[in-house]
Amino acid sequence: MAKVVVVTSGKGGVGKTTSSAALGAALAQRNEKTVVVDFDVGLRNLDLVMGAERRVVYDLVNVIQGDAKLTQAVIRDKRLDTLYLLPASQTRDKDSLTPEGVERVMNELKEQFDWIICDSPAGIERGATLAMRHADVAVVVTNPEVSSVRDSDRIIGLLDAKTEKAERGERMEKHLLLTRYDPARAERGDMLKVDDVLEILSIPLLGIVPESMDVLKASNIGAPVTLADSRSAPALAYLDAARRLAGETVPMTIPGEKRGIFGKIFGRRAA
Amino acid sequence: MGAGVNHLLTVNRVGIEKEKLTKISNVLTDARSIRIKGRSFLALMLSPELPLDEWLARLDDLAGRSAGFFLERPIVLDVAELDIDRHQLKGLLDELARRNVRVMGIEGGRPSLFEPGMPPAMRGGRPAPDIEVPAAEPVATAAETAPAVRREPQAAKALSSMIVREPVRSGQSIIFPEGDVTVIGSVASGAEIIAGGSVHIYGTLRGRALAGSVGNAGARIFCRRLEAELLAIDGVYKTAEDMAPDLRGQAVQLWLENDSIKAERLN
Repeated sequence: MAKVVVVTSGKGGVGKTTSSAALGAALAQRNEKTVVVDFDVGLRNLDLVMGAERRVVYDLVNVIQGDAKLTQAVIRDKRLDTLYLLPASQTRDKDSLTPEGVERVMNELKEQFDWIICDSPAGIERGATLAMRHADVAVVVTNPEVSSVRDSDRIIGLLDAKTEKAERGERMEKHLLLTRYDPARAERGDMLKVDDVLEILSIPLLGIVPESMDVLKASNIGAPVTLADSRSAPALAYLDAARRLAGETVPMTIPGEKRGIFGKIFGRRAA
Repeated sequence: MGAGVNHLLTVNRVGIEKEKLTKISNVLTDARSIRIKGRSFLALMLSPELPLDEWLARLDDLAGRSAGFFLERPIVLDVAELDIDRHQLKGLLDELARRNVRVMGIEGGRPSLFEPGMPPAMRGGRPAPDIEVPAAEPVATAAETAPAVRREPQAAKALSSMIVREPVRSGQSIIFPEGDVTVIGSVASGAEIIAGGSVHIYGTLRGRALAGSVGNAGARIFCRRLEAELLAIDGVYKTAEDMAPDLRGQAVQLWLENDSIKAERLN
């Protein structure tokens, strides 16, 4: 049974696209057929981060408007044959996405893939609401600072109101992915603490990804960070997050802290 | 309420409590001491204004429309705002006595105002909400007396309330003019609760809470942890900037007193 995951945040620049690519690659590495869909029509980036920008012929809008078949638009990754990308259109805007069109594409994708990762655009408008509309699970990407946390809170409210699952009266499964976490700044009190973010958002923690140059390096070479250097700290965090997303129990580690404290936080939040 | 002008006197209820005392006498012939128990009553508080004859005329008008309202009720006279001497106070008490208003105590008076035989000075009364004086039926005749217009408690009407079982997220607005709103969870920054009655938050209040939104000065706001952006009761509001810093992060209740928001910690 296919699982649709939306990677969303409200605020821009917190790491949705990086996280979509990294989680998508990590799930594909588990030998599960995964497609990452770029919903950021007009500002597409996912193709760059996944290193497929020179192979884009058709895109999501072409499929929605019936100009291309899904099989023509979906690009298979050169490094992992279980990883696919459905790019967004750069020349159109979000109004090209229709609810019926998105629904049709999602249903088609569900027949072919185990995981469908929807990379949401920033904001709370059409692009973002259509990206979350058909999701079974939401990954809320948040940086440990107040504006990002408040925007994430707003998005969580929308996930509970504007998705198909919510309209059917079911509960949307939501996970927090804390990104760009800087242990040194957290130590100095320049950033919100993990506990504070969890207390405000009150959704379970999927993972904590440290701020790292490895993320930037991976984007520049066009590889999801989990493929670029699977031993780097952010890659390890994403790989663990993907395992948790797949239902495994993996102890949580907070970058820069001793193990005991992690276990405590994870244990409490999982309860 | 009756037609015509409705003069509302400031009628406050004041709870009067006598402290529990144990009298000890020097000569203990009987081992038992006299035990004095405390009892509290609700007194009506009258705050006369100058000139006294005009105020008395308004009182007569009120009494005329609401016959017997002051009969058999404990009355406390509040003279704190009144600039009169002992002689004038004595005159005022006589005037009230002629109207069958029996004063059981005087609050806010200087010691020099009192003389033996006057009602005792009182202090430490706790304010209670305003009482509206019920108007007599317009057709009521003079023959109809006190019992007919005794204010009865209004028929108990179950107030409606709304319970929100999950956190209220940024951008969400819970509006419930019919009564109280209880949130089991937190109210996020950028979220708001607007209730006709009181607001109860079993979590952290980071957003806005507006109680008594349709005009209810008795409404209150309660929260487990106060981090609010804005608080309002009956249209009187306070922003985060105006709040006492020592209330932040505390369990707090807020209410309205003399058109300003008061707060105290809950333990």
